[in-house]
Amino acid sequence: MRQASTLVLFFWFSGLLISALIAFFAVATFNGSGLASYLPSVGLLALAAISWLILPLHFKLRVLGLALIAVPYTWLLALFLVPFLIVFKISLSDIALAIPPYTPTVKDGFSALIQGLDFENFVFLTTDALYYKAYLSSLKIAVISTVLTLLVGYPMAYAMARAPQEWRATLMMLVILPFWTSFLIRVYAWIGILSNEGLLNQFLLWTGLISEPLTILNTNTAVYIGIVYTYLPFMILPIYAALDRMDDSLIEAAEDLGCSRLSAFWLVTIPLSKNGIIAGCFLVFIPALGEFVIPSLLGGSGTLMIGKILFEEFFNNRDWPVASAVAVILLLILIIPIVLFQKNQQKQAEAES
Amino acid sequence: MKRLSPFNITALTLGFAFLYLPMILLVIYSFNSSKLVTVWAGFSTKWYGELLRDEAFLNAAWVTIKVAVISSTFATVLGTMAAYVLVNSGRFFGRTLFSGMIYAPLVMPEVITGLSLLLLFIGIGLDRGVLTIVLAHTTFSMCYVSVVVSSRLVSFDRSLEEAALDLGCNRFDAFRLVTLPIIAPAVISGWLLAFTLSLDDLVIASFVSGPSSTTLPIKIWSAVRLGVSPEINALSTLMIGIVTIGVITASLISKRSSIRAQKDAQAAERTA
Amino acid sequence: MSIPVFAPWNDPQEKPLIRFKNVTKRFGDFVAIDDLTQDIYAQEFFALLGPSGCGKTTMMRMLAGFEKVTEGTIELAGQDIADVPPNQRAVNMMFQSYALFPHLSVYENIAFGLRRDKLAKDEIDTRVAEMLKLTRLEKFARRKPHQISGGQRQRVALARSLAKAPKLLLLDEPLGALDKKLRQDTQFELMDIQETTGTTFVIVTHDQEEAMTVASRVAVMDEGRIIQVATPDGIYEAPNSVYVADFIGDVNIIKGTAKAAGKDKYYVDWGVNQAPIVANSDRPFTEGQDCFLAIRPEKISITKDKPEEAENAVQGEVLDIAYLGNLSTYHVKLPDGQIIKAQTANTRRLSRRDITWEDKVWVRWTTTAGVLLEH
Repeated sequence: MRQASTLVLFFWFSGLLISALIAFFAVATFNGSGLASYLPSVGLLALAAISWLILPLHFKLRVLGLALIAVPYTWLLALFLVPFLIVFKISLSDIALAIPPYTPTVKDGFSALIQGLDFENFVFLTTDALYYKAYLSSLKIAVISTVLTLLVGYPMAYAMARAPQEWRATLMMLVILPFWTSFLIRVYAWIGILSNEGLLNQFLLWTGLISEPLTILNTNTAVYIGIVYTYLPFMILPIYAALDRMDDSLIEAAEDLGCSRLSAFWLVTIPLSKNGIIAGCFLVFIPALGEFVIPSLLGGSGTLMIGKILFEEFFNNRDWPVASAVAVILLLILIIPIVLFQKNQQKQAEAES
Repeated sequence: MKRLSPFNITALTLGFAFLYLPMILLVIYSFNSSKLVTVWAGFSTKWYGELLRDEAFLNAAWVTIKVAVISSTFATVLGTMAAYVLVNSGRFFGRTLFSGMIYAPLVMPEVITGLSLLLLFIGIGLDRGVLTIVLAHTTFSMCYVSVVVSSRLVSFDRSLEEAALDLGCNRFDAFRLVTLPIIAPAVISGWLLAFTLSLDDLVIASFVSGPSSTTLPIKIWSAVRLGVSPEINALSTLMIGIVTIGVITASLISKRSSIRAQKDAQAAERTA
Repeated sequence: MSIPVFAPWNDPQEKPLIRFKNVTKRFGDFVAIDDLTQDIYAQEFFALLGPSGCGKTTMMRMLAGFEKVTEGTIELAGQDIADVPPNQRAVNMMFQSYALFPHLSVYENIAFGLRRDKLAKDEIDTRVAEMLKLTRLEKFARRKPHQISGGQRQRVALARSLAKAPKLLLLDEPLGALDKKLRQDTQFELMDIQETTGTTFVIVTHDQEEAMTVASRVAVMDEGRIIQVATPDGIYEAPNSVYVADFIGDVNIIKGTAKAAGKDKYYVDWGVNQAPIVANSDRPFTEGQDCFLAIRPEKISITKDKPEEAENAVQGEVLDIAYLGNLSTYHVKLPDGQIIKAQTANTRRLSRRDITWEDKVWVRWTTTAGVLLEH
């Protein structure tokens, strides 16, 4: 009984709202002149508002409950999924000297739209060496910097987990603090250090270790340093979390059973922090793969990274279809580590519950 | 008490030196009087003066703060709603799609997010400006907010909400009077996260901003592409300073409250 | 002068407060409550007792309105409550975790439900003060839940759920989080409060001692069904099945076949080369029917010498002695390998007792000591 009345009220109310919206847009698009032509839509809206006020409470709650789902859902559909579908559609289009600079567009009609779409851009990406080299080099840079970040991050996470309890909160704060400061500024800080006449070279020359300044800035080395530096917290935190949960007596038990310090570390600590390591590696690898700021600021003209290529393709060459195709391929490459990461997280969550 | 082994001390010292030395150097050189950033020529605060007189920087800063406040507020509302739905609703139509759309932007490269939103805005004929940046920032930071809030909601004792219902609340009141006050710390940190992400974002803003709506990161970007500049050093120092004060204050507050909670718990046991 | 016994369930004129009528609850394929019919009367202290997963919590959550009934109806004071949402039921619940609102003071927690009813401020004040007094929490009104002890929190939860003067109060494992000593004190407190307020209590517990102490009637549940409903002494002394006998307290079960031995009296053949056991039973058994004799250990006595005039006596060997301080339980192994537990009060000092391990002993019991069960 109550269900049925709710349903009727719901149709009444949403019908009012929707017809108000349709009336409004109809007027706005076709004869936008004269305030009087907006009267029907305003009237419908007022009717909806009045009915809202007199509607029973359980109905209002029902509507609020629906809005709770519908509002964020619609927002994400409109501003995440639809834009991505547009990218996909444009990746199948051809470049054109027009505004917008691609063809066909929706205005050309449905059948022309379908006929005009093809995988030409994707074929182009496989024939031009620049692109597949950029993908491969992005992968290489992401893998190497992930390994480097792990090598730097693990000892830090380990030492933090071993530190006296009263230090840990402070150490955590020190790891997190850089994350809250501007990413751009942290990358920028390295320019002054790594350049030919930068602080690092000045220091090394002063110590006499080198006689000629090293060229680090604008090379891949600088990109590695930049990635390790900016993503280090993402590596430390999950590993620290895993190590922190670990019971100290496990190591004592291993030693009691005849392990040396080193083999206890290798046989107990490492396997127990495995999930943290995997999570940390993905958290570094995934964003590193699509990185744009670091290769642009610290890398040289020889540093090929796909994020940079996409940016340049779009802004410098104004080739939207190819830029979109580059984006689609990048996303396809990213799906694998993302799915693996998701699986790892799920496994961990299950293990904990 | 445990003592750190020499190995662990070395790891921590070197690690934190690596994390903090670049920023410390940046701060020190912001007080360098020389225009040549790498040569120390004496203490001066003149770059701060220049920075504060630079209209373009001040404008960009104002745009950035405006965008960050509005977008993080929207993102917090939407993200909290999304988190609540994800944690508390059973099955509904397109649930998998919904949770996918929440998590995807977290791992989506910024270039793709920026590109796709720009193409959308062009497609519907929306002029690029503050509004488009706010829309873009709200979209990706609401996902971060919902992750932060839902991790709190997962550990939230459902019987608290049931108790509120049992005592005569409707669902909306139960959320307003019980759930929201309890998850408020997570909602606030979600807001702060969204705010920082918005302040920090260069790539997405580069795509969706118009000529009249240059944000601070875009301004910094165009300056640092030409190399190191003392004005940027001064700006960086200010930003680092603000964040440091903020983070330290927050951690002191949380430490104080956890100490108080501990004392309360002990006192409670004594009165039992 | 006789005190009137509180037993509305025996009075056919009495209208039940709660009536479960053929209630079934399914979660997907899982049947949580299986075609259950049960009446609960006003001012009862009704305990639902059973192992975890037996459906007792589901029954309670259906009464509170958090779960919908799949089939059948639940009536509260003669009205079907299927469509009444939890916030409009005159039923309140005390949660297992207490579910105290951590951001509100003790006072505000208790006042929470009253404020929802939009009572006047002084009315709320009076009612909360009353509740604080009832639960002896006056001193803690301004404290937050994390500033009081576990026992006090339990009392706040009770005060909060009683504040709205519900027709029915549901208690979900109310004492589960307290340590043993505190739990015993609190049991009596609960009974006092139930009596003073005259509220009907339904309590869910897996602790049989707790159920026996507080309840006017106990329902023993298993796999979504109520196996037996009776007063605590009824459940203990006259269980209707081996399951109930075994669930409540310690029991010896002897399996055998029945043979008539006079009015309401049967011989139980139970072992090769053993004299049949004689047992009284109101329950009729056919000749040769399988039966189970359930005897509580404290109703079996143990001696070294053969008793002279025992109705049932069996010889065995002491296998184990569990010394519990006030009591000792002897595990006596019979010739066929069956073990019988016999319990005696330790009225004498330990050194003065004469039975020890591996002694040959006699265990004996009367014909009315046990209950003869069909299943």
